[in-house]
Amino acid sequence: MRHTPPRVALFATCLVDLYRPTVGFAAIKLLKEAGCTVVVPEGQTCCGQPAYNSGDKADAQDIARSVIALLEPYDYVVVPSGSCGGMIREQYAALFAADPEWKLRAERLGARTFELVSFLVDVMGMTGVEARYEGMATYHDSCSGLRELGIKGQPRALLATVAGLTLAEMEDAEVCCGFGGTFCVKYPDISVRMVSDKVERIRATGADTLLAGDLGCLLNMAGRLQRLGHTVRVRHVAEVLAGMTDAVPPIGEGQARQGGAR
Amino acid sequence: MLTTSPAFKQNATTALADAGLQKALANAKAGFMQKRARAVAALPEFEALRDLGRDIKNHTIAHLDFYLDTYARNVEAEGGKVHWCETADDARRAVVEICRSVGARTVTKGKSMIGEELGINEHLEAAGIEPIETDLGEYIIQLRKEPPSHIIAPAFHLNREDWIEAFREKHTELAPGRVLDERKTLIDEARTILRSRFLAADVGITGANMLIAETGSSVIVTNEGNGDLTQTLPKVHIVLASIEKVVPTLEDACTILRLLARSATGQDFSTYTTFSTGPRRAPDLDGPAEYHVILLDNGRTSMIGTEFQEMLRCIRCAACMNHCPVYGAVGGHAYGWVYPGPMGSVLTPSLIGVDKAGHLPNASTFCGKCESVCPMKIPLPKMMRHWREREFERHLSPSAARFGLGVWAWFARRPWAYRLATRIGAGTLGFAGRKRGRFGSLPLAGGWTGGRDMPAPEGETFQARYARLRKQGLV
Ligand code: SF4
Repeated sequence: MRHTPPRVALFATCLVDLYRPTVGFAAIKLLKEAGCTVVVPEGQTCCGQPAYNSGDKADAQDIARSVIALLEPYDYVVVPSGSCGGMIREQYAALFAADPEWKLRAERLGARTFELVSFLVDVMGMTGVEARYEGMATYHDSCSGLRELGIKGQPRALLATVAGLTLAEMEDAEVCCGFGGTFCVKYPDISVRMVSDKVERIRATGADTLLAGDLGCLLNMAGRLQRLGHTVRVRHVAEVLAGMTDAVPPIGEGQARQGGAR
Repeated sequence: MLTTSPAFKQNATTALADAGLQKALANAKAGFMQKRARAVAALPEFEALRDLGRDIKNHTIAHLDFYLDTYARNVEAEGGKVHWCETADDARRAVVEICRSVGARTVTKGKSMIGEELGINEHLEAAGIEPIETDLGEYIIQLRKEPPSHIIAPAFHLNREDWIEAFREKHTELAPGRVLDERKTLIDEARTILRSRFLAADVGITGANMLIAETGSSVIVTNEGNGDLTQTLPKVHIVLASIEKVVPTLEDACTILRLLARSATGQDFSTYTTFSTGPRRAPDLDGPAEYHVILLDNGRTSMIGTEFQEMLRCIRCAACMNHCPVYGAVGGHAYGWVYPGPMGSVLTPSLIGVDKAGHLPNASTFCGKCESVCPMKIPLPKMMRHWREREFERHLSPSAARFGLGVWAWFARRPWAYRLATRIGAGTLGFAGRKRGRFGSLPLAGGWTGGRDMPAPEGETFQARYARLRKQGLV
């Protein structure tokens, strides 16, 4: 029995911080609706994945130490990204395999760290949202969220309760979109080919909206859709679940299309 | 085999523009994935079997010296001979010597990746011995003088048109006007040609899917039965196998066989599974007079005790490459050496050096699909990351990338500097892109904007907006 609401630290991720603040505010709104007290710890930067995945272990460890110290005081850490959530939850402990003290701290934090939508459903027991969105959406399963954290049913369950929204599954929803962090700029030809395949799958559903839970993948897919002139609206799933789609145009869309500045 | 792994990036670009290759890849890939999914779904204990398979191999590798020794003793007890070969050179020499000792002129071959690792065909040819590939996929690529592009389907990169063209060009003894447009007619023609070669061969060389310590047997699985003819008809049978192929018992081998075919081709069991133990005994109706095993190390023992040890569990089923979106986009030749796909991205740097094969573990999105289908539960992405760490430590990664990463890490460690830089960055980009919402090109971002627009940020960073709204009491 919990009598006081859990204190949740929102770790926004550097991409949300830089590109898409609305996702952070959508996360805050959803967490509050689920009954949490939300704190945005000051001084957060990045989870360290770029360094970790580039083989720069020393920098990744440095960054991990400061993230752990920053987030430790809270009951839970929630991240609006499967890949950054997975980094803290699964990979931090691996980074400190040779350092028992930090390994323990990493494990303890990892056990309390969750990706946003899976936290809402699996931990807070959320079964529906009060939101409306007119459109037919298709949902892309980002790799880390799917395979590292087992996120598959949770976003679909909540999306099913959004008024006005229908969900059309694409073929190969579980196949990588080709983002892969620095991969997309190190091997652009392969990456563009992968995202082109993804775009075909998205288009084949006839959906007018593409949703996912990871901003990196969303920027990649939006960028390719728009380069090819397709008008699919691309959004982070939290924006739709929080009913905040009026707050900001879809990813990569200017204010022009939304009908003037706000 | 020579490597073009250092040119992976160019290889990939060429492959992506090759329409024939793209067609072949698309055709072959979907079939493999669907068949595996069906086979796995039909076997409720598949997950438990994976754990069992992993444990068998872990145990064996932890006691590799013991099991290899036991295996070798049992081979010799059955009248076979084991040739311990530390390097590829040792192995090539041993094979050529055996062939010479019986005055061999032609050698039939079953499919063997160790054969590829040794480049054994070129060496036999140089010694005046003609190698004849009997696996259909290997046969066609031998006609075309190219290496395999896949570890179980060597001609994964070819279309039927390519087969027809090669057969017409090389089988000049047959009527030029013959009809060759069906799969069956192609197979029949290859079989006709190969039949006489089987009978004429002095030596048969096969690989081994496993070696069984308890019995001294080698195991091969095929769907064409060519391996059986290769190893029973000639006077001499040579098995090419690397040391990590050994398993303790017959029962262990059977456990792994249950995983192998399902993971590889989605079959419950391969059409032919053949156990060979020593040469022909007096009452046997057929079989070779001599049975040799080339037991190759070629760098594998140096993986033991390192972060790459788990790779030695690999049973070469190819599930990882069949499910890999990068392999599916560029095909096997782009990887530039014997082993393509995720397993190659881990193994190749171990065997030929990360200085040559450094691209391979980098050309991954870490999507994790390979690990999720690997019957031996090998953490392939984790090991690719270990290669990146080694490269980084040895300063093998490109200096521009290191510099960029260094700058980024400097900011990521200093929240005040990070805040300042992101505010300026987000503000500038947000302002510049607010009308259209995206950029078609951006300085220093050619890798991204070559094929994609760059969405513009909203303008204010999350943390700045949060601080502002908080001050106003709005959040
Ligand atoms: S790494 Fe795993 S999936 Fe890939 S070939 Fe080896 S056993 Fe099969």
